[in-house]
Amino acid sequence: MGIVTNSLSFAYGKKKALNNVNLSLATGFNVLLGPNGAGKSTLFSLLTGLTQSVHGTIQINNIDLNTKKSQIMSEMGVVFQQSTLDLDLSVKQNLFYYASLHGIAPKKALENIDDILAQLSLTERLDDKVRTLNGGHRRRVEIARVVIHQPEVLLLDEATVGLDVDSRLLIISYVRDLCAERDICVLWTTHLMDEVKPSDQLIVINKGEIQAQDQSSKLCEEHKVDDIYQLYFALTHNTEAV
Amino acid sequence: MTLNQYYYCCSGIVKREVFRFFQQRSRLFSALVRPLLWLIVFAAGFRAALGVSIMEPYGTYITYQEYIIPGLCCMIVLFNGMQSSLSMVYDREMGSMKVLLMSPLSMPFLLCCKLIAIALLSLMQVYVFLLCAQLVDVDISILGYLTAAPAVFVIAFFLGALGLLLSSLIKQLENFAGVMNFVIFPMFFLSSALYPLWKMQEASIWLYWICQYNPFTYCVELLRFALFGQLNLTALTVVLSVTVITAVLALISFSPKFSKQR
Repeated sequence: MGIVTNSLSFAYGKKKALNNVNLSLATGFNVLLGPNGAGKSTLFSLLTGLTQSVHGTIQINNIDLNTKKSQIMSEMGVVFQQSTLDLDLSVKQNLFYYASLHGIAPKKALENIDDILAQLSLTERLDDKVRTLNGGHRRRVEIARVVIHQPEVLLLDEATVGLDVDSRLLIISYVRDLCAERDICVLWTTHLMDEVKPSDQLIVINKGEIQAQDQSSKLCEEHKVDDIYQLYFALTHNTEAV
Repeated sequence: MTLNQYYYCCSGIVKREVFRFFQQRSRLFSALVRPLLWLIVFAAGFRAALGVSIMEPYGTYITYQEYIIPGLCCMIVLFNGMQSSLSMVYDREMGSMKVLLMSPLSMPFLLCCKLIAIALLSLMQVYVFLLCAQLVDVDISILGYLTAAPAVFVIAFFLGALGLLLSSLIKQLENFAGVMNFVIFPMFFLSSALYPLWKMQEASIWLYWICQYNPFTYCVELLRFALFGQLNLTALTVVLSVTVITAVLALISFSPKFSKQR
């Protein structure tokens, strides 16, 4: 169970975005940390099959992405950095649309939705148009949407960037709880240090290459630093992170 | 994946397009106003100048209004197809296209569902227009109304597939204006929508040949015959052929190999 990439490389024209990326992510909360332009979104694009890799392989739950993409998509939920909600539709319509794309009957979808929305404090906004929601609520709707089909692998690309503290805390704690309850593989991409816990599996990426990959507390010990910020700086020499 | 799951997926895509269409009321309004203006203003002015003599499928002399009805119906379908294409470009720019691409169901099936949605919306708009056309003394038989439906559906499939193909080629919303100049206008004006081909031939032989090779001409002729309860087999064959070709090209253009980043 989890995500495995072997010798994954990708370039936009002559510009290399990823270089020989070897990842091995098991179930649990995995954090992918890296500065802007490090290759996080490219990696996401490849892991979700939106972009096809030319060099290297990707296996998700021991299934090759290029050969059985459809099976993988039914087990995967993805929150992209950019919002993918339909602003003209209501929360309910957006959720139903997503459920239908996964072949879920409206009745079954409604059962799942009620429970998920309650946990994300969104029940009262069900019939509101997405356009009327603030950034935090929109993000919650996106989180709610990707768990309707109960995925075994959850990918979240900077899901909390630009949100207020309450929404950030609610979203991250919801995803952490979900990860623990269902024993799923979560890949949480961020450049926010305070979202990393010592027990998390941490992957640091910079300039398209993996700099380190282990439990974050172990990496701190290994690099003889006190906290994630120092670790990040030591590995990337980047001060953009907050 | 079971048959039920395919059904839920298709109905979800169709519902979304219908919801979106009715959310954008101005779209419905402009979809009707455009052909009605042509019918009421343009056709009234040209009525005297352009009397149309006996030709197939009409059994007698007809008014110019009657002549351009199939062309205007096809215009509605053409605009709806391009509008759907525009909404695909918008979806891609806004990111919501990724949701569709992340579905476990196959891309050919998803695009087919999209085409069904486009076709249903076109069908609805065409029928509303035909009802409005009754007000300017354009008579269509009950049989004509019935036989027009499959014709509109096939035409909408072709023009919808063309829209999908264009949406995969157009990378930015701003570039979409070019579609008006390079696709919609040439397709519409260089066809038998406004004038019979023999009139074109009298005016210019090379214009006539361009019209002959324009698939939109066959869309118009297919619908013209269908509105008279007749089948124009040549037109049907051409429209079906270009639909298959365009749909295959659209499908290829949507595969990840051909689009490095959406």
